[in-house]
Order: sequence, then structure tokens, then C-alpha cells
Amino acid sequence: MAEFHLTTPIPPEKLEEIKVGDIVYITGIVITARDEAHLKALELHEEGKKPPVDFKGNGLFHCGPVMKKNEDGSWTVVAAGPTTSARMEIFQDKFIKAFHPGIIIGKGGMMERTAKACQEEKCIYGYFTGGAALLAADRIKEVKDVFWLEELGMPECLWVYQVENFGPLTVTIDVHGGNLTEDSKKNIMKNKEKILEEMK
Amino acid sequence: MKDIAQVVEDTSFELLKVAATKLPSEVKETLVKGKNETKGSLGKAQMSAIVENVELAETNIKPMCQDTGLVAFFVKIGDKFPLRSEVKEILKKATERATKNVPLRPNAVDMFEGNTKTNIGLRGYVPWFYFDLVEGDKLEIIAMPKGGGSSNVGKMKMIPPGKGIKGVKEFVVEALAAAGPLACPPYTVGVGVGGGEDMCMNLAKKALLRPLYHYHEDERIAAIEKELLQTLNQLEIGAMGLGEGPSVLDVHMEFAARHPASLPVGVVISCWALRHAGATIDKDGNVEYHPH
Ligand code: SF4
Repeated sequence: MAEFHLTTPIPPEKLEEIKVGDIVYITGIVITARDEAHLKALELHEEGKKPPVDFKGNGLFHCGPVMKKNEDGSWTVVAAGPTTSARMEIFQDKFIKAFHPGIIIGKGGMMERTAKACQEEKCIYGYFTGGAALLAADRIKEVKDVFWLEELGMPECLWVYQVENFGPLTVTIDVHGGNLTEDSKKNIMKNKEKILEEMK
Repeated sequence: MKDIAQVVEDTSFELLKVAATKLPSEVKETLVKGKNETKGSLGKAQMSAIVENVELAETNIKPMCQDTGLVAFFVKIGDKFPLRSEVKEILKKATERATKNVPLRPNAVDMFEGNTKTNIGLRGYVPWFYFDLVEGDKLEIIAMPKGGGSSNVGKMKMIPPGKGIKGVKEFVVEALAAAGPLACPPYTVGVGVGGGEDMCMNLAKKALLRPLYHYHEDERIAAIEKELLQTLNQLEIGAMGLGEGPSVLDVHMEFAARHPASLPVGVVISCWALRHAGATIDKDGNVEYHPH
């Protein structure tokens, strides 16, 4: 198990060195997007338009944070842990092809379609400990921007964060076709069959 | 004379805050123990992050997870407690206040109008209330917020009664295997058996309120709880589903009578953030918080 400290935009060559089970920390730009933001960004892409922020080489964070507005109009992160990534599986591959994020950050892992797109387009998936919202908030140094807040609401909109040593992220999908959570799921299913067979 | 409505509102606000920011002590202790016993660097890293995060939440009085859940209240109103139907509106007020001031994430989404931004549904069902009328002059309130990720892995099945208790156990194993890494394990599992298709889920959720390692008073049920705890850990889900460390912290079951033709089983799964907090208020407005 190796440890990497990456700066965004992450060059694709750098991603080649990383394997599943490695730990990475990110410094630079991380952008939150959940179901609705994915859909909206892809809609714009299909119309030939661009979303208001560039994902290329940056962190794409599956997260619906709790934010607090300060009196001067700026924002403070209250809590910002990862949300379940599996919900994004249905369009994540399209998103990767359209916008080329360097690392997807979420929890629970992702499946074949995403892993395939990660291999083809050079992207990795970093598993942030689910629910560890304060650890994450602690590493977010600045809220740079927010888009689509009125339209999509606080958890669903795009928050652009400047982060420092954001992690630890366990790499569960690499650019070599590896997928740790899928391996773990297979093991769970195998154990389930055995348990059911032996059950009295 | 205390303003009793205000006492109820302030207490409920406090309960929502405590639930969001501080784990019941036995849950925290179990997580720490799990961390210490975890072998393997993947699992150790996950358990350490959970424990560190729980401590940050407690010290800074901030929500331990960004998903502060959909709010539910378990309420027991004594016959001689001065307030009755007003309690509902008071609890809603407390929820709205907590949303603003803790703050909690606005999680109540109307299908047609979008996020209500208050954690109050527009159609009267959220927060969800479990009301119970009891003897005496006290009001008991338990706040239980539950995250969406962990609710998404809940399961209900009407199994053929002929399959009996073995069928129940099989279904619980299947539900947990399906949950796998999806909902922030280590999990705590509530199982409701009998009643009807609705009641089994209610019972399963209620079972999560029982403190960890307090098993059912009926020894036959306690034995199944312990057996399932062992069996479910053999699935090797592990911390965050990566196969290392604890999979399930505890299993609690509640049984109701069933219709002869049906055997409903409900499985409600909690993530590591098993959040709830309770208090009892007497008719004069004296508040006693439950051990937390
Ligand atoms: S499953 Fe629990 S810990 Fe994980 S994100 Fe949801 S509420 Fe938080």
C-alpha cells in the first residue's frame, strides 16, 4: 500500500502509478455534485453548452454538504462527508467522458460501467470514509464558488472547494481496471451463499 | 409557572442537537473497541476516521454526518400531561429551529415543490411521529434522525409462514448482504417480525432504539439476536464494506402477533451513526434527559 499526495489538475500520467488499496490526499480544487447536478451538467453538455465550472483533472465529490451563510455573504462548511456513489452509477461514465475529472470522491464504491470509463478515460475513485463529514470539512480551506444554489438547493448544487491534504482517500477504482468494492461485494455474496447453505 | 409549551420546544430542540452531534456513549465505545480490534490497514484506516470524526463532532458540537437525516419522533403522552395535540406543532417548531441553528441539513423534499428547506414536509407527514398514549402525567420524547443512505438499504418481505424462523433469518442475511458496502458499515440491525406489512417496519425501526447489547427479555428471541449477530459478521462486510473490521455491531428484534396466513419481516439498518436522544418532561416542566 502506497501513499500519494496529489495536486489538481492531476495529470493522467500520475494516475498510472496508483493502484487499488493505495491512499491518496488531494490538494487543490474539489467540486461537489450529486444526482441532480450530474443530470444538469450532462443536459448542458448535450446541448453543446458548458457547465459553469471546469471539472478537468479536478476532484468530483459526491457530497451534499451542510453550509452556513455568514453575515458578510461568504459561506462556511459545517459538514461535508461523501454521499452514496452508487446512485451516480447510471450516468457517471457519461460524465467522465464529457468532463474528465481526475478523481471521483464518494462512498460505497462504484460498479463496472464507472470502472470501465475510469480505465478508458484515466480517472480514479477515492473512497472517503462515509459520514466522516467533519474530517472532510476540516480539510476544506476555502469555499471558492457556488453554482445552481437557488435552483437545486444546498445539498444538490455545485460547491467549489479549495482543499488541502483532503483525505485519507482509499483508492477502490484505479486506471488499470481494479475495483476493490466490487471484489468485496463478490466476497460478501460468496459468504452469503455459504451461510444460507449451512443455516438451520 | 413554567411555560410548558416552551419547555417542550426547547427540550426537543436540544434532543435534535444532541442526536446529531453526539453518539450514545455505548455506540461510541463499541466503535472504539471495533477500531482497536481491527486487523488490516484498510479497515483500520476506516475505523480510525470514523472515531476521529465522532470525537470532532462531540468536541465542536457539530453534526457528525452531513446527512442529518429525516426526522422522526417517538412520543409517549401521559393522560394527565397538560399538553396533547399541540405537541405535534411544537415538535415541528423545534425541528425548524434546529434546522436553522444546529444547523441540520434541509432534507424534506416535496415531489412537486422541491426541498422545503425546513425539514418539515408540506403534506403533514414529516417529521414522522410515533405517538403513544400512556398513563401518568409525563411526556417522553425520543428524537431519531435517520440518514438517507442507510434508509435506502431497508427491506421488507412477506415470507411464506411455512418457512418459519429459518425464513426470517435467511431474509435478514440476504438484506445485509445486499446492503454490503452501501450504507456506511459497521451496521446496527433492527428486525421486526409479524404485525403486518407496515407494522414490521415500525417495529424494526423501534428495535434500533434499544441500547446495544441489551437483548430481548424473551430468551428465545435473545438467542436469535445473538446468533444473527455472529452470522452477519461472517459476511465479512467490514468497515465501509472493504472487508476488514466489524460488519455489524448488534442485532435487535421485536415480535408482534401475525396473521395466520402471513409472516411479515422488516429489516431496518443503521449506519455507524446510530443517532437518537431522549428526555422525559413532567407536568410541571421539569426535564430529565435520558442517559446518553
Ligand atoms: S449512511 Fe449514515 S453515516 Fe453514512 S452518510 Fe448516511 S447518515 Fe451519514
